[in-house]
Amino acid sequence: MHLEYQVYEADFVNAGAASSSIKKTLKQLNVSPQIIKRVVVALYEAEVNAIAHAYGGTIYADIEPDKITLKVVDTGPGIPDIDWAMQEGNSTASPEVRNMGFGAGMGLPNIQKNVDKLNVTSTVGVGTTVEMEVNFT
Amino acid sequence: MKVQELVEKLNLKVLSGANGLDREIDGCYISDLLSDVMGNAMEGNIWITLQTHKNVMAVASLKELACIILVKNLVPNDETIEQSNDEDLPILQTSLPTYEIAGLVYNLLHE
Repeated sequence: MHLEYQVYEADFVNAGAASSSIKKTLKQLNVSPQIIKRVVVALYEAEVNAIAHAYGGTIYADIEPDKITLKVVDTGPGIPDIDWAMQEGNSTASPEVRNMGFGAGMGLPNIQKNVDKLNVTSTVGVGTTVEMEVNFT
Repeated sequence: MKVQELVEKLNLKVLSGANGLDREIDGCYISDLLSDVMGNAMEGNIWITLQTHKNVMAVASLKELACIILVKNLVPNDETIEQSNDEDLPILQTSLPTYEIAGLVYNLLHE
């Protein structure tokens, strides 16, 4: 099953919509609640990242019998130092975004903790792609 | 314990999501950082926070929390209330600051 969602820059009101839709779909497919919880945490963080840091992007979800592959492709400033961004506590979020309770530098670490495979690629001035995989067994 | 009992015992005001007062409570998590709640709160938790924007509901719903308690008489914005009613996930309000309400919740859950 292939699903796609658009996210838009600074559109915090709709943050979580894709995660919520994927959650419902996985429930219908009888994926175990523990696995769904991990997928939801990872995808929500990636969604928020695209909204808070980039100029929006597209979420591609591929659900197979044994795993889900999620790819979040944004157009945006890109990440100059991915290793730095992966460390808990590091963030480039604006004061406005921080006031909402985001930008604590926990997003990418949260993703890493909840997926089986993570690949972050980025080109400064072009955008960032976050690929995540969660196995169902 | 159900959310209804929490409301009665701690004299909380139900701001929205009243259809969800029969949700079962299992523990409590306190944070104003959304990623912290995403990463660490557990299903069925009460969430005590001062954040009032709509993403609070997105997080609460995705994590299947029991209810939200807003401290210091803070009021959620309209979009937050709307989603709370749509999802039957109650938003409760207290006049107390976080420390005070946390103590009361702790005692109630550990009775």
